Amino acid sequence: MTDDAIVVEGLEKSYGNVRALCGIDFTARPGSVLGLLGPNGAGKTTAVRILTTLLEPDAGTARVAGLDVVKDAAALRAKIGLAGQYAAIDENLTGFENLEMVGELYHMPRAQARERADELLEQFDLVDAAKRPAKTYSGGMRRRLDLAAALVYRPPVLFLDEPTTGLDPRSRLSMWETIESRTEAGSTVLLTTQYLEEADRLADRIVVIDHGNVIAEGTSDELKDRVGGERLEVVLEDPADAEAALSALAEVSDERPKLEDRTVMAPVRRRSGVIADAVLRLHGAGVGIDDITLRRPTLDDVFLALTGHRAEEEPEEQAEQPEEVAA
Amino acid sequence: MSSTVSDTLVLARRNLKRIPRQPDLLIAYTIQPVMFVLLFVYVFGGAISTPGFDYVDFLMPGIIVQSIAFGGFVTALGLSEDVKKGLIDRFRSLPMSRGAVLAGRTFSDILLNCLSLVVLFAVGFAAGFNFIDTTAGQVILGLVLVLLMGYAFSWIFALVGLFSSSPETANSIGFTLIFPLTFASSVFVPAESMPDGLRQFAEANPFTTWSDAIRSLWLGTPANTDVWMSFVWCVVLTAIFAPLAVARYRRVTAN
Repeated sequence: MTDDAIVVEGLEKSYGNVRALCGIDFTARPGSVLGLLGPNGAGKTTAVRILTTLLEPDAGTARVAGLDVVKDAAALRAKIGLAGQYAAIDENLTGFENLEMVGELYHMPRAQARERADELLEQFDLVDAAKRPAKTYSGGMRRRLDLAAALVYRPPVLFLDEPTTGLDPRSRLSMWETIESRTEAGSTVLLTTQYLEEADRLADRIVVIDHGNVIAEGTSDELKDRVGGERLEVVLEDPADAEAALSALAEVSDERPKLEDRTVMAPVRRRSGVIADAVLRLHGAGVGIDDITLRRPTLDDVFLALTGHRAEEEPEEQAEQPEEVAA
Repeated sequence: MSSTVSDTLVLARRNLKRIPRQPDLLIAYTIQPVMFVLLFVYVFGGAISTPGFDYVDFLMPGIIVQSIAFGGFVTALGLSEDVKKGLIDRFRSLPMSRGAVLAGRTFSDILLNCLSLVVLFAVGFAAGFNFIDTTAGQVILGLVLVLLMGYAFSWIFALVGLFSSSPETANSIGFTLIFPLTFASSVFVPAESMPDGLRQFAEANPFTTWSDAIRSLWLGTPANTDVWMSFVWCVVLTAIFAPLAVARYRRVTAN
């Protein structure tokens, strides 16, 4: 489809000997939220940098809002917004001054830039902090200001590079709410994340990348199906009850339950009532329960299922670090 | 292009707004030059022989050259911080002029250097500095020369900042590479007093050319080729380092 908001074809990028992207393809429909999911070093940030004209690809093409990221770079910059893990704000300027500056750099008249700054501070719940230098802001407030800066010009395509990495769970939740409410206005969003839960909640479609390759693509449900959905984990009081537990749980499970140590693991697709059901059946079979949980699939589970290896945690985007800045 | 000018002004304003909010930078611009003048005049001054001049008269042109050359250091610190924090990524993703971030930096450096000059002259006059055998035109030409030199160094420091992974790295590059250059010159002592080898180096050092040019304009010493060579040095350094810095800016991204 030629009128996709983001079209990536065969994109490759290497830093010296490190291949950050090995020819990836994906597309995003206008108005949709595309989640780019992968561990540190998978190539997510490199992809975002190419799509936002910060880096040139070694091979392949990418079009954003109908414009080529290399040939039409200058025109494209007026149609994109970028926010992300760096919270790219000037700490010595106030929240208002940061947004005003970005507006003026988008070549909005100053009065309009100021009006827009006030509007965004209001929407992002930063009015009280508007006149304080951003260095006094909490991590969550900085991310909100950073996101607000990306939205100053109401860009048709928005790039959010790991918008919640490093935030505490409460700030993460509030950031999700902000992203949800602020991105409803019809703009296309490309979101990178290490968290399946985040992609699950925010993205319409998810592209999973690992070591510079796309390894899976689909909606959240489709991916979860490939991982095997949710999993009931029962820790037995007495390992001798294992056989009884396995057969009792076979009836609530979609696949054959497995035993690891003294934990029985049963993949389940149906969520509601499954714990009560399992407890009743185990009780009926006379099996003592030490602990019982319903585990949602994590990124690790997706990786395990898709690649056969765990999503290893590489330190700080090492594979993505351009060598020229590694002084 | 009008957008280059307006973008540059937006960013220059940003740089200047930051200064009073970062007291350490204000100290660099005011107290540090004052300290240098006082140390050299009163600590070393008695031991340094400058035939025909009071040491403070000999020193002030040199120390002004050194201080203004280092004025652009704020640009190195600011840019390396902007790179590290991802601000350069944001600027590069905006539909703004490619040269404006650097032009805004170097332009605000000029204004800050003017502030430094006021402070330096105030402490210089207090320590007994006098213009000797000069005209208002020559004094002004000297000021223009010093500011042009400061501008050339702003571009050198811009490149240093864009290549540094942190402000600390920028700091050590600046002080290990450029600081010694100012000492191996006639900034603080006459080059003739130096041993062979070092003397020839000092004589070829542009810091000597600049210091001697300012002395000829402000103290009436023989100019030789120093004044016009000084302007040539400014133009050549800017012509080399400004394009290098802009080229680097177009490629740099946060770690």
